[in-house]
Amino acid sequence: MIDAVISPFIEFSFMRRALVGCLALSLGAPPIGVFLMLRRMSLMGDAMSHAILPGAAIGYLLAGLSLFAMSLGGFAAGLAVALAAGLVARSTVLREDASLAAFYLVSLALGVLIVSVRGSNIDLLHVLFGTVLALDDAALILVAGIATISLAVLAVIYRPLVLECFDPQFLRSASNLSSPTHLIFLVLVVLNLVAGFQALGTLMAVGIMLLPAIAARFWAEDISAMVLVAVLIAFAASLSGLLLSYYANVPTGPAIILLAGVFYLLSMLLGVRGGFIYRLVPRKHLEA
Amino acid sequence: MKNRLVMQIGLALLVLLGLSGGAHSADKLKAIASFSILGDMVRQVGGDRVEVVTLVPPDSDAHVFDPTPADAKMLAGAEIFFVNGLGFEGWMERLEKSSGFKGKTVAASTGVKPLTMSEEEGHHHGEEAKDEDEHEHEEHAKGEDHDEEEVTDPHAWQDLANGKLYVANIRDGLIAADPEGKAVYEVNAAKYLDAIAKEDEAVRAALAGLPEGRRKIITSHDAFGYFGAAYGLEIIAPEGVSTESEASAQDVAKIIRQIKEEKIPAVFLENVTDHRLLDQIARETGVKIGGTLYSDALSGPDGPAPTYLDMFRHNVGTLTAALSS
Repeated sequence: MIDAVISPFIEFSFMRRALVGCLALSLGAPPIGVFLMLRRMSLMGDAMSHAILPGAAIGYLLAGLSLFAMSLGGFAAGLAVALAAGLVARSTVLREDASLAAFYLVSLALGVLIVSVRGSNIDLLHVLFGTVLALDDAALILVAGIATISLAVLAVIYRPLVLECFDPQFLRSASNLSSPTHLIFLVLVVLNLVAGFQALGTLMAVGIMLLPAIAARFWAEDISAMVLVAVLIAFAASLSGLLLSYYANVPTGPAIILLAGVFYLLSMLLGVRGGFIYRLVPRKHLEA
Repeated sequence: MKNRLVMQIGLALLVLLGLSGGAHSADKLKAIASFSILGDMVRQVGGDRVEVVTLVPPDSDAHVFDPTPADAKMLAGAEIFFVNGLGFEGWMERLEKSSGFKGKTVAASTGVKPLTMSEEEGHHHGEEAKDEDEHEHEEHAKGEDHDEEEVTDPHAWQDLANGKLYVANIRDGLIAADPEGKAVYEVNAAKYLDAIAKEDEAVRAALAGLPEGRRKIITSHDAFGYFGAAYGLEIIAPEGVSTESEASAQDVAKIIRQIKEEKIPAVFLENVTDHRLLDQIARETGVKIGGTLYSDALSGPDGPAPTYLDMFRHNVGTLTAALSS
């Protein structure tokens, strides 16, 4: 059993690279996902992952499958959409979710259009799906670098971020950290999606960010514990997804995200913090 | 003032459009070819009498092509539509229907003996396909461990003998659509068939010199099955017969093992596919990247493979350079 888990990684360096890449992603993205979930912005992660496409597409058209160009483009596009949505929300009657929806849809359409208008649709699917099996040194450094930055920054803005999750009014009245915190947080969201996009593609990147976070909600009450559980679940999904792809001969990216989904379902059923079965058991202290 | 300028420019454009529309459609047969390799063949046979437009441009992947309304419009105005067939252009039937195309569709691969291959193993079964009758096929389909689906390999043009069939089909199609040009098409086709036959000999001669142990290569998607079968190379590909599928960790692991065990000398990139996966395989095994092969599309006019025959010269040159050293 243990041998079956370890041997693919001993034999093949591409498996080791995929694992390292996924673990780095699992360190950076799920904590961001936890905060997205707590701030009721879960779907915003999905919207942002689509918003990245035109930037990545422009990078791809200008420089080919260049890691740097595509990441930079995706980062710029994602940030532009997030900021524009925030700006519109603050200066017009539109709420942030509505303006974000508007901007990301425009951005997504623009991305598809840019890729197809140039006539060459080589690799569009690969751009969308990513290649966790083909991570080279540069991609690994990028993913690991982003995970490091994101953890460090998260540590710095942790307090105001937690406050903003539970009592944004208080944070706004007690300090002027609210806007910068929100802004930095958005940058982290986009950064992690860009990192995930290298490995898993635009469609799957958001999965490793949100699914472990949502699953962790069923196991922990306070945020730091939730973050820890989310990271562990992401680790488990990455490892088991890679092994599933190896033994069952299925594509790697979807396998990882599907297993994260399985962990979510299990957590929902078995979780001790408001899980399905747990709530079926009658509890004394609820009776008046 | 400004409005008048706009009007004038608009009028000028209209006149230009009218002129060009009139000039290029004078009395030429309007033909559409689905992808660039076929387009070149139609051009060779049709010569001056035919105006050929290619739907999937050079260096692009016909497996996942997404036609635009302009393509549909072009097709609607055409008299003859050349496709490869064998399931290569999955988007073709929809486009044909939606565009209201009234002309004749010619499948250039008609008459080719199709190779089949299993999705799972990425392995060709040329011999079985040749004498596989209905009964055998049924039996196979009912087989117990049937998790590998047989699919037809559409890349028939990679065997020059099939290329000759293509040319004959194109010639007959053109004659049917434009009987007046019969003599021209026959002369052009005969000339072209000669050139193809010569190239076929040249390819055989060039590859005959390769040592026995250096006849296995890796490409990214399975486009060279016919080439391998015709010219005695064994081709292994992680992505299968269409570029649409995504490789699993198992696919990649198998190929890496195979490269190490069988001492495969080189991997080759393709002009239409993502090279990152092959880069990774090359890095891991230390196998050499032999260069770029042109598989499903020609290069632009300034590239190394602007025509069908140039494509063979380029591919064979790349292969021999990498395999004989």
